[in-house]
Amino acid sequence: MRIVVDTDHCIASGACVLECPDVFGQEDSGLVTLLQDTLPQHLLDAVNRAMAACPSAVIEIQDD
Amino acid sequence: MTAQRTIIAGASAAGWLTAEALRRHQYQGEIVLIGDEPSYERPPLSKQVLSGDWHADRTALFSTERQDKIGAKLLLGRASALDVGQRTIKVEHGETIAFDHAVIATGVRPRTLPGTDVKGFHVLRTIGDALALREKMSRQGDIIIFGAGFIGMEVAATARRLGIGAIVIDPVFEPLRLRLGAAVASRLYARHRAEGVEFRFGLSLAAISTRAGEDGAPRLKAVSLSDGSVLATEVALVAIGCQPNVEWLSGSGLTIDDGVGCDDFCMAAEGIWAAGDVARWRHRGFGVDMRIEHRTNAAEQGDTVARNIMGQAKPYLPVPFFWSDQFDIRLQVAGRVLEDAEARVEHGDIDGSSFVVSYRADGRLSGVVGWNAGKAVTEFRRELLAQLSPQT
Repeated sequence: MRIVVDTDHCIASGACVLECPDVFGQEDSGLVTLLQDTLPQHLLDAVNRAMAACPSAVIEIQDD
Repeated sequence: MTAQRTIIAGASAAGWLTAEALRRHQYQGEIVLIGDEPSYERPPLSKQVLSGDWHADRTALFSTERQDKIGAKLLLGRASALDVGQRTIKVEHGETIAFDHAVIATGVRPRTLPGTDVKGFHVLRTIGDALALREKMSRQGDIIIFGAGFIGMEVAATARRLGIGAIVIDPVFEPLRLRLGAAVASRLYARHRAEGVEFRFGLSLAAISTRAGEDGAPRLKAVSLSDGSVLATEVALVAIGCQPNVEWLSGSGLTIDDGVGCDDFCMAAEGIWAAGDVARWRHRGFGVDMRIEHRTNAAEQGDTVARNIMGQAKPYLPVPFFWSDQFDIRLQVAGRVLEDAEARVEHGDIDGSSFVVSYRADGRLSGVVGWNAGKAVTEFRRELLAQLSPQT
């Protein structure tokens, strides 16, 4: 599985970083950056939580 | 035994996010959402949609795929009654449905000013409101905005970006001082003035005058303010806050007091919950009753309600968080800016392009306001969250 973020719609809330700092980072402005784009199984729950917490729905998990 | 059914009244962010959270927490029963319009994100309405940067389609709450995955049944309409004893919800002009759990997520609607029900006066809450205002703003020149809070200020900033004049009226001097602290608010209003926004503080709407429109219906022509001044305008916005959509619950026996009254767990009555803008609950960590109209609250409260439907008995202890975009400024507020808190610049320079101001009460961090400082704000949010985590 892959993680995709739509930075055009990111509002820099940092919600994803708080839920899953292993996958999501932030630029100084707060915009999301991906620290890795393939999703290891043990982080699936955390990434799902990040996806739910994101207030602009910019995170997607895609099947390979 | 028949399958469980949860009915969610309200199919906007809080409703859909509660539904999705139920599935995330392994809820196997039926989920029915009742809503009267497609779901979309509201934050872009006063910004990207109003400016025309985004087509309305870009505001969809979920992709079709994400929504379908939830497997919820959507009933178009409005919930019109809830019977706590019979455990049923009635849909307006429709059926009465039994539930095991009900979630009240009917949101809020804008407050209005008396006499403003004429063409040319707008509010901004729905996508329809945003598109109607955009059309008028681009056609009819200057806009008069009643309310210098976040929505009023975002619309003023958007208007200036479009080259449209904006006059903002508020009975309170720089009202965002209460939300941002005096120093940050004062800088924000100053920036608006520098961009050509005019403010008339200490004043309110006294009267409106109209002319007959092409269809014969009265149209806004001018507004009179409490100091006797008259401003000619074809378009005005009332942005003075919202009120909860709770009328449909009258006679239900639930506690209705500026929202649906809930306990620490967002429960209004056995098996009846509330989430999002409409929910007033007891924040155990802060020791106060709160009702929060922020987009992030819809997700967090929806998650807590879903967990509690699944029997997790989780008190709802969020760190409030919201943002506002005005010109090239992204403001972010986490926690609470308490009235007598001590303000301290933590990061950057308060006259610079990026900074964070922290607020401390009795030496303890209560909130932060960030000005183009997203990453730094997240660090403070982490600290605020740690204060509220059950282990501490």
